[in-house]
Amino acid sequence: MKATENTSIDQLEFVKAHKKHHRFIRYARIFILILFLIFWEFAANCGIIDSFFFSSPSRVAKCFLSMVNEKSLFSHIGVTLFETVVSFLLVSLLSLAAATILWYSRKLSEILEPYLVVLNSLPKSALAPLLIVWLGTGINTIIVAGISVAIFGAVINLYTGFLQVDPEKLKLIYTLGGNRRDTFVKVVLPASIPTILSNMKVNIGLALVGVIIGEFLAARRGLGYLIIYGSQVFQLNMLITSILILCAIAMGLYLLIQQLEHFYKKKV
Amino acid sequence: MQSDILKIENLSFSYHNLNGETKAIKDLSFHVREGEFLAIVGPSGCGKSTILSLIAGLLKPVEGGITFYGKDGKQPGIGYMLQHDHLFEWRTIWQNVTLGLEIQHKLTAENKKKVEKMLADYGLSAFEDKKPSELSGGMKQRAALIRTMALEPEILLLDEPFSALDYQTRLTVSADIARIIRKAGKTVILITHDLSEAVSFADRVLILSKRPASVKAEFPIHLTLPDDSLLAARKAPEYSGYFNRIWEELSDESN
Repeated sequence: MKATENTSIDQLEFVKAHKKHHRFIRYARIFILILFLIFWEFAANCGIIDSFFFSSPSRVAKCFLSMVNEKSLFSHIGVTLFETVVSFLLVSLLSLAAATILWYSRKLSEILEPYLVVLNSLPKSALAPLLIVWLGTGINTIIVAGISVAIFGAVINLYTGFLQVDPEKLKLIYTLGGNRRDTFVKVVLPASIPTILSNMKVNIGLALVGVIIGEFLAARRGLGYLIIYGSQVFQLNMLITSILILCAIAMGLYLLIQQLEHFYKKKV
Repeated sequence: MQSDILKIENLSFSYHNLNGETKAIKDLSFHVREGEFLAIVGPSGCGKSTILSLIAGLLKPVEGGITFYGKDGKQPGIGYMLQHDHLFEWRTIWQNVTLGLEIQHKLTAENKKKVEKMLADYGLSAFEDKKPSELSGGMKQRAALIRTMALEPEILLLDEPFSALDYQTRLTVSADIARIIRKAGKTVILITHDLSEAVSFADRVLILSKRPASVKAEFPIHLTLPDDSLLAARKAPEYSGYFNRIWEELSDESN
């Protein structure tokens, strides 16, 4: 809301209090991070924790810079990002297609329900060794691992979302002379866009999980490989740096989808 | 006397679930004349909405039949207004009112012009590009009416179309919509549980028995309107007489 001459003092006070609240939250978040970094550095330098095992912010920073200088870091980040984005896009497409088919055929959805539930609850990391045998070690295996973690939950969530559309709205389409396809295109799909977007937020995170699992087992490049390599050669600075980069990537991807959601909400 | 446009004979319908069969309608017969405004009242849950779904062809009768007598022996077009306006928030008002035309692939320049004229007639032109949430309850109801009328139905089925509105809005909006429909010369079947609505708008009121529904009584309504204001029918001298007689028939049925 824009402040005009007519805006009452109470309203201005309210807006001020609201802004103050949000400022406080933001500063508190940054403060916790800084406090944590200071304590970590301090504890490592004073020998409270062993900096060989636990590293320290300054060692992480040094390690990061040296990895940047070697130029290998960006190719590792690039590989992981690429695999995650491809898995995510394929999950989004495949889950939408599968949920649509299930919506069209109630019979099929009832038949497949127990299989979907089992596959969804199965720890997908158990599949990774199998995928290596089937697909070899390489980018295909890792992308499939990324897909396998997210896909079943995505299908179930989307399908459930489709079913929650008000049946009276479907009836409206029939009264206007539409068929089942019209109800899907004109009502179910547009009404489910918020569900699809919030599902995407979950999927991007899960795709990243799957990709890292895949890289642990079947890669020569990527952040997952760096983490495993770092632990095998006892380069814990490298390991922790990689994990922190992973944190940044996870947050970045999440924010990207959130922006998409904001954009959609503004439009509607 | 005008000719019949719709005749329902010995109509029966049941709903099925695993706990058994629920007879919704049994041996229901009535007819509707062309251009007539027919109101159907009955105890709640007596299967009133089912009748409209059967007429609209969304459900198939178990027994008996519905015969239409359209112009040139053709099946007359049927418009159906549901209890809620169901305007879609992801569409603008224009996209909402042309939804039926879009579904039936009839979005021709000529039809668009007709819809534009209706929007102008009903005072919604300025809201074409707005979202439904920006409109008042009455305006939404008009938009829903335009969406139905855009397909130029000969018979309009109204399933308690005002029940979602608050009382104050409902009084004016229902009278307003009834007037628009009358002016368009459509045949109307209105389902309602509001007796005053039935008496003030209809040419004839059918009273249904409780489930399974059949026709219990029928009242032709003739009101002498004191003026042409929106709520004139409620001021007519005959109004309370009709109201009381229908009320008695209905309370008799509910007990």
